[in-house]
Order: sequence, then C-alpha cells, then structure tokens
Amino acid sequence: MRIKVDPKSLRQTKWYECAIRLALGGGITVIAGLLAKKFGPAVGGLFLAFPAIFPASATLVESHEKEKKMQKGLHGEERGRDAAALDAAGAVFGSVGLVLFAVMVWLLLPEHSSWVILLGAALLWFVSSWVLWLLREHRHQIFGFEPHAKHAPRTSRG
Amino acid sequence: MSDIVIRFIIGGLFVTAFALTGDIFKPKSFAGIFGAAPSVALATLGLTIGKHGKDYAAVEARSMIAGAAALLVYCALVTWLLKRDHMRALAATSSALTAWFVVAFGAWYLWLR
Repeated sequence: MRIKVDPKSLRQTKWYECAIRLALGGGITVIAGLLAKKFGPAVGGLFLAFPAIFPASATLVESHEKEKKMQKGLHGEERGRDAAALDAAGAVFGSVGLVLFAVMVWLLLPEHSSWVILLGAALLWFVSSWVLWLLREHRHQIFGFEPHAKHAPRTSRG
Repeated sequence: MSDIVIRFIIGGLFVTAFALTGDIFKPKSFAGIFGAAPSVALATLGLTIGKHGKDYAAVEARSMIAGAAALLVYCALVTWLLKRDHMRALAATSSALTAWFVVAFGAWYLWLR
C-alpha cells in the first residue's frame, strides 16, 4: 500500500478538535514538568511518552470514519472501529521509534549539541517507525509468506 | 507561573502540529505512527535543557525509555481491544491506560528507582 498525502483531509478537522489536542498536549507537558520538579527527573521522564491525546485522537478517527460511511448510506460503526484499530496498530510502530528516540537522547545528549541530538532523535523516530511499517506492509514479498495461506479453502480428499 | 504557561503553550503546539501532520497521511496504519510522536518529549526536553542542563534532561530521557515501552504495550492492547473485543474507541483507549501505568511504573520500580 502506498503512502499518500492528502491535505484536504484537514477540512474534516473541526476547531474544537484542535483545541482538545492543544489542551491535552499542553496539560501533559505541564504535568510532566511538575512531576519532575516534585519527584525528580526519573519519574517526570516516564510521562514524556504518556498517551495523553491518544483517547481523543482515536475517538476522532472513529467518528470521522463513521461520519464518512454514514454519508454514503453505509453502516459506519464497524468501519469507524476498524479505522481506530489501524491507527492504534500504526502507533505500535511509532512506539518502537519512540524507544529509540529516548535511547539516543539518553546516551548522546550529555556529550553533544542539544539541538543536533533532539533533531537527530526525531529523525530516528520517524525513519525507524516508517521502516517497521514498510516491513509489516510488505512482509509477504520480503519474507516470502503466502498471504492468507491459513485461510485458503481446503480441498476434500474424499 | 509564567513557566507553566510557556510549557502549556509549547507542549500544546507541538502535540497539535504532530497530530495534524498525522491527519494528512493515508493509509490510517501509517498515519497512526504520529499517535506515538515525540511531541511532548521534544517540547519538555527542549525546555528542560534550557533550565536544568543536559545531564538532567538525559535522566528524563532514560525514564522515557520505560514510558515508551509502556506506550508500545498500551497501543498493542488498544488494537486488540478494538479488533477482538469490539470495544468503542474511547472505552478501549481509556481502559488500557491502566496497562500504561503498570508497565511504566513497573519498569521504573525494577530498573530506574
């Protein structure tokens, strides 16, 4: 499956959805800072990967997909849930990239330029997540699996 | 007080920017990568380096490894709940937060304490 960029899909995003993301993102950044201040950086650091906006984002994905299908007269509930599940599955790859991001910052930040390390770690997050996604999408071609082999109909031998 | 306001604005802007970037990509499974973007981390680490120095920020990043591993478990669990258990998105993502806390603080207790 090819990756497509569709800026028009931003028209579906309503202003209050951006406001929710802004509030939740700002809120978790403040909370991470306050926890680091009170309990030290070892506790505060945990919250740099807290899924603060995930529930809101998944709900938006679900409702957008549901709306789209219902406009076409289709039953949108299951398609909405499937879209949210695909979104969460993609975030699994993003999480692996996030682990690598944190490892790079932890190991290299003290000895190198801050901005170079932060930008490099962000790039590492994106490239590693993308490569994992590609491997998952093209696993049949790469590893030679037969797609849906286990679901193939069995022939009766009498 | 101004420090909290600055953190709130910068964190909010980073998170919104990454989320909107994710919105423009298709398919959904690729766009989902942006659900685990280092948005809060970039905002927080940038501010922390400026205020407390690089060593302090590196300790935060070390703990973030546990948080990100917990996020991986959380996302896998959410996918499973939505696919197999047919839960609604809000119910699945909210109930799975318990798993994030268990894994993140479990790793912190065993490894980082």
